[in-house]
Amino acid sequence: MTIDETQQEIVEDFSGFEDWMDKYAYLIELGNELAPIDPKYKVEANLIRGCQSRVWLHQEFTEGRIIFEAESDALIVKGLVALLLKIYSNHTPKEILASEPRFIDEIGLRQHLSPTRSNGLLAMVKQMKLYALAYDRISANNK
Amino acid sequence: MIPDISKIRKDFPILDQIVNGKPLIYFDNAATSQRPVQVVERVNEFSLRSNGNIHRATHSMANRTTEAFESGREVVRKYLNAAEAAEVIFTHGTTESINMVAFSFGEAFISEGDEVIVTEMEHHANIVPWQMMCERKGAILKVLPFSEEGELHIGLLDSLITGKTRILAVAHVSNTLGTINPLAEIIAKAHQKNVPVLIDGAQGAPHFRIDVQALDCDFYAFSGHKLYGPTGIGVLYGKRKWLDRMPPYLGGGEMIDRVTFAKTTYNELPYKFEAGTPHYVGAIGLAAAIEYLHNNDIQSLIQYEHDLLTEATYKLKQIEGLRIYGEAPLKTGVISFNIAGIHPFDLGTLLDQMGIAVRTGRLCADPVMDHFGVENMVRASFAFYNTSGEIEAFYRALIRLKGMF
Repeated sequence: MTIDETQQEIVEDFSGFEDWMDKYAYLIELGNELAPIDPKYKVEANLIRGCQSRVWLHQEFTEGRIIFEAESDALIVKGLVALLLKIYSNHTPKEILASEPRFIDEIGLRQHLSPTRSNGLLAMVKQMKLYALAYDRISANNK
Repeated sequence: MIPDISKIRKDFPILDQIVNGKPLIYFDNAATSQRPVQVVERVNEFSLRSNGNIHRATHSMANRTTEAFESGREVVRKYLNAAEAAEVIFTHGTTESINMVAFSFGEAFISEGDEVIVTEMEHHANIVPWQMMCERKGAILKVLPFSEEGELHIGLLDSLITGKTRILAVAHVSNTLGTINPLAEIIAKAHQKNVPVLIDGAQGAPHFRIDVQALDCDFYAFSGHKLYGPTGIGVLYGKRKWLDRMPPYLGGGEMIDRVTFAKTTYNELPYKFEAGTPHYVGAIGLAAAIEYLHNNDIQSLIQYEHDLLTEATYKLKQIEGLRIYGEAPLKTGVISFNIAGIHPFDLGTLLDQMGIAVRTGRLCADPVMDHFGVENMVRASFAFYNTSGEIEAFYRALIRLKGMF
């Protein structure tokens, strides 16, 4: 599935919720279901620090694709992290660089990716793109 | 006398609105309080009719502004019961006030090997300026710890204060724990050993009548925006005997007496510490806020706020898994807490969906977080325009949200 198709699927998943509480309950469920990051990666070097919550992000580059693993200490953030992983993980650097997380706007949770929310999510997206940029350069140099 | 809160709420139109589909419940007053129309109108009227730069010209506009600014200073002087208006310096806020003392007092009185005492419950604004000064001067920062209930270990002060101690800085009221510190006792102990005391009154000034002469504190700092006034204005009260001997903090207009390239002489108090064009609009707004409080029988408002805190504490304690940080017998204004298994960010986000504004995060007090071994807290803080009904709604919201996890 392309990044865009995954985003579309998420938007459809959320369109069924009428009540804000159902929406957040679903995010909490996603957060609870997200497999925890390997403890050896839950280290300072992988920590994205927000004033409000923390996100840990780890990546590996295999066969031209970046595999992301991430976790947060706040459950709603973790739910959103799960969505971001679903969208961006296991894609090529070029695909990642070419795509913005538009779903967040469409499911009515834009405020969580705004610079005024220091929950680490915006920094996580930036960090994923930076990794993509770096791997894109490395691949280009190796050709 | 019980204050008429529904009448008071009409003075704060901002409270009467729908946020995320629910009536706004504003419980973040320790971060910033709302402003009554009387303050907003005074500021607007001034900006629309009287503006001119102060102390600098002969024209009527400048004279009007100067008069309003200086009578604002007099309002603050009375509010603090300072001995003279020259001891009232207008600043940008508590943070600038403390930085000013840390810098200027440090320059005058602190040298290598000297000691400065702060407490474990201070806001970062009453830690970092001292740390910066200590680094510059090679001085040592010492810390008075607090107990599990959130009370300062006053008994330790006698050994903590040594012949090397130059100043002690302490909050009037803790912004996280809500503890009302025993200032009289602390000041008496410090003065016994000739150590001056700075009070961070950011959370104290909004909940008490302050009498700096009765307290006998050497410095008292507070912010306008937590006292129903505008942002960007604050006050540093200082005893003349210290201020006279401290060098200026910033250089520029207003603070000078005469400038030549060889030597500049400084203006007298308080202007020595008010470089540049001061925030006179803010000062006028702050004076309006203080007058508003006076017109409303401050004592009964203080009592009412205390009753709200007691009621909220009682209610929240009914919630299983809820822990309150700071349970000193003498408390005001704030309740910081966590509910087991729920991250404060999640709770704050969901409360916002219900129109309830609380603070979440580290509350600008990392050492307090470390003391309790937590990353974050939720803080509800009250003002006299809050109501019992809002506390009930808050309690019900927490119960409902707890069910989501």
